[in-house]
Amino acid sequence: MEGLGALLTQLLHIALMLAAAPLVVGVTRWLKARMMGRRGASPLQPLRDLDKLLRKRPVLAENASIVSEAAPYAGFAACLLAIALVPSFARGMAFAPLSDLILLAGLLAVARIALALAGMDVGTAFGGLGAAREMSFSAFAEPALLLCVLTFAILAGTTNLDLITATFREGALGLRVSLALAGVAMLAIAVAENARIPVDNPATHLELTMVHEAMLLEASGRHLALWEYQSALRLTLWLALIAAIFVPFGAAPAGSGPIAWTLGLVAWALKMGALCLALAVFESAIAKMRVFRVPEFLGAALLLALLAAALLFVSTGLA
Amino acid sequence: MLRACFPAGPCRSPFAPRRAGGYTAARDSLPPAPVLTALALCLGFLVLLAAAAVPLGRHPRAGLLVHGGCLIAALGFAGIALAALLVGAAPEGLLLPFGPPWAAARIGLDGLSAWFLLLLGLTGAAASLFALGHPPGPPRTLPPFPLFLAGMALTLAATDAFLLLGGFELMSLASWALVAADHEKEENRKAARLYLIFALLAAACLVPAFGLLAGRAGAITFDAMRAAPPEGWRAAAVLVLGLVGAGAKAGLVPLHAWLPLAHPAAPSHVSALMSGAMTKIALYVLARLLLDLCGAAQPSWWGVPLLVAGAFSALLGALRANLEEDAKTLLACSTIENVGLVVLGLGLALAFRGADLGPLAALAAGAALLHALNHGVFKTLLFLVAGAVAHSAGSRRLDRLGGLIHAMPVTAGAALVGAAAAASLPPLSGFASEWLLLQSLLAGWRVGGIGVQVLAAAAAALAAMAAALAAAAMVRLFGLVFLGRPRSPRGAGAREVSAAERAALLLPAGLTVLFGLFPATLLSLAAPALQVLTGPAAQAPARGLWLVAGEAPSGYAPLFIALLLVLALALAWFLVRRRSPATTQRGPVWNCGFIDPPTHLPFGDPLTQPTAGGIAQPLRRMLGQPLLRARESLDMPRPGETRPARYAAGFEDPAGPLLLAPAARLRDRIAVQAEKLRDLTIRRCLSLSFATLVGLLALLAWLESR
Repeated sequence: MEGLGALLTQLLHIALMLAAAPLVVGVTRWLKARMMGRRGASPLQPLRDLDKLLRKRPVLAENASIVSEAAPYAGFAACLLAIALVPSFARGMAFAPLSDLILLAGLLAVARIALALAGMDVGTAFGGLGAAREMSFSAFAEPALLLCVLTFAILAGTTNLDLITATFREGALGLRVSLALAGVAMLAIAVAENARIPVDNPATHLELTMVHEAMLLEASGRHLALWEYQSALRLTLWLALIAAIFVPFGAAPAGSGPIAWTLGLVAWALKMGALCLALAVFESAIAKMRVFRVPEFLGAALLLALLAAALLFVSTGLA
Repeated sequence: MLRACFPAGPCRSPFAPRRAGGYTAARDSLPPAPVLTALALCLGFLVLLAAAAVPLGRHPRAGLLVHGGCLIAALGFAGIALAALLVGAAPEGLLLPFGPPWAAARIGLDGLSAWFLLLLGLTGAAASLFALGHPPGPPRTLPPFPLFLAGMALTLAATDAFLLLGGFELMSLASWALVAADHEKEENRKAARLYLIFALLAAACLVPAFGLLAGRAGAITFDAMRAAPPEGWRAAAVLVLGLVGAGAKAGLVPLHAWLPLAHPAAPSHVSALMSGAMTKIALYVLARLLLDLCGAAQPSWWGVPLLVAGAFSALLGALRANLEEDAKTLLACSTIENVGLVVLGLGLALAFRGADLGPLAALAAGAALLHALNHGVFKTLLFLVAGAVAHSAGSRRLDRLGGLIHAMPVTAGAALVGAAAAASLPPLSGFASEWLLLQSLLAGWRVGGIGVQVLAAAAAALAAMAAALAAAAMVRLFGLVFLGRPRSPRGAGAREVSAAERAALLLPAGLTVLFGLFPATLLSLAAPALQVLTGPAAQAPARGLWLVAGEAPSGYAPLFIALLLVLALALAWFLVRRRSPATTQRGPVWNCGFIDPPTHLPFGDPLTQPTAGGIAQPLRRMLGQPLLRARESLDMPRPGETRPARYAAGFEDPAGPLLLAPAARLRDRIAVQAEKLRDLTIRRCLSLSFATLVGLLALLAWLESR
């Protein structure tokens, strides 16, 4: 029963994530539009866009190689596997022993590199520019992420996401300054990894400031749909990850049955809604920064994460 | 005649009692001495090959003979190493019929040397196979190549300091001859000179390090050294000398200046061996010296210098790899990074062992060993790819290549595997060892003491940054060489390489995938090596197909990850293609509406393609300016002027002004002083000789009296 529940929740979780990802993007856009005094498109608009793109015939450049055709699937598969490892409404799902935070970073790197290679495939100026910037930002985001993982690993004794959330949910740790610092750092990394304001503007197509969109300029049809879908998946993943680590309450045990699962789903929807609102408020309140200011932004996250770990060293040393 | 010396009766491997009981019966049935006899035969065969290559040099089939022989010997090494890891070799070693008069030369294999011999065999086989298919180089490259392999194998097989240093120097000299092979070019001569200086430095440090270990009794066998571990100032001196000596050969920061010059100067299959195997031999010497021969009782702080040097090597190498514009130099810089990561693992193992954290020490040592093997294989692959590209497209410069995926699909596929492993992407081999290394770094705070804790956290951050930078460098390499449009007419005429070369690329590519999927099996194989490094109770950090860190019921299972990835890929493809069945259509590139290039530009306007300098620009500004004194200068013509605008960018490795330039000044000053000796009068000359004689006698008297 336990194993069956774990498997069933895992499958339901994947289906939920696939359904929720476009909605998360749509809701954030709608909230942002409302805050800026516009009516905004329906939160379902990203779904309609994806469907429209899927129906179109993709056009490839004459010198495009197999990379342009294969990379969207590779990136999508890596993102899908990554998001399957992040718990949502239930805990103890079938893939829980696999859900390692370093592996998660690795899978996201697979998706990032697939995108960068696709951007460089045709040999256009913007594709190379976007790829270079995206890979450079990750050189600052990854160490910050690893230091956040260090904080979690010191507190929970493991880098497994499911076990970390289990430890944090029990509440024996209490409120910790280190976790707050790591939380701020994680938010900054999430903003950078998802190409949101102030690092990148998801709505712009102004070439000189583009990072993420610059690599997609040659993609069309189902390839573009896959890229859009996986960037939505990635945003959902980061929000779900932050919710799972810092607000680990409400998730139902895998073997507990449909009613508890529904409650877990409601709790998860509330958490995600709050995070979307926070993201929309943050994006509306702040301006995009220059590309070469981004290292300062991510460097601050790196320092905060290091501080979080150092505070733990000090406090455990005194105890 | 070779004389095997092992006691009568079934010989038991030194590791047999520590393993599960099921194996021992099978092991006892195989007498292990043939393993060492085969090793000695392979060594002798290589020396004969080198000797035969001298008269045969100009014969058209000489390359076939030499490289074919090297291929057989390398495969033999790999087989011998596997046998030694699985069955164990005679612990007493095999007495060779020659050697210095005061100590018999004895070869042997324990877990550690067998592990590195496996690496040498695999990389040597790929490099030799590649050389077989490659058009022959100048005849002078033939004799040193087997000697190079033999020197590395001899270093590994040595059971005493004399033989080890002999093998090490043979390796250095043979590779120097290979670096200097193309000596018509000024830069190659310079590289060879610098390489020789650093090789001398390595020897000048390693000889006294082993001398200090041997003590006054002059016990140069490893067993005798282990029995009397050094203490006090002598231990500290061994640490410093060993780190400098082996670090200079491995390319550890700050002694890395020769590596990005020397590795690219050699022919590609030799560069592959130098980066893939030779740096690892130096790391083997480091591990043997500091973790094995110095005894298990050394304190925790011994790991600190290794941690610092490793972290800075990883960062500097990865950053330089992002700025270099020559494919082989880029790969050489990435070697510095990976050597740094292995040294990080070794340093952590030392620190954990000193703090009595056995399982964590095994985790860190396992990460180091696994990364050494993985890096050896994928770096060999990448250097061979660079050689194939240089031969086929006529250049190693990133700015003269491009679009080769169309002309060289097999090479491009192999390069993608190698680059993805170097970028540590799951489920390939680089990620498995990186995962172990990061796990051991994340546990570094358990050593205790806030200084070490913060250092370990900083090292973890630097290792993660190095990994991300390596990924950026690999994207840049693959994207500029294989993707996009050709950047030169010569590059546009590239053709796929010969069948033997393709096989030589596919062999390490397949191994990279295989090692990535089964790292836990590989680590169980490395258990004897782990026991040498971290004590007889060490267990490989692996459980079944899982790599594990600590007691938690979780870990990294690359086989499952690969299967799930394939499943997700198939699912995505099936669902998307059901909804979107239309075939793709080809059209002119969009490029934000840039107009079509004029007809006299056959590959499109080169100015609209990213260049090596352009891709490097963000990292050059973000990290290069503070760390490498990177600079950019733009010379814009004034309005109305017709000259073109000029953009120049460059950087300076801190090793140049901080280490090489002062060393050169010191050399000049000493030379000026020494020159004065020439002008001495005969009376002064005689008194100087007399004073030297008296001084030496006094020294002798002092030594005798102690």
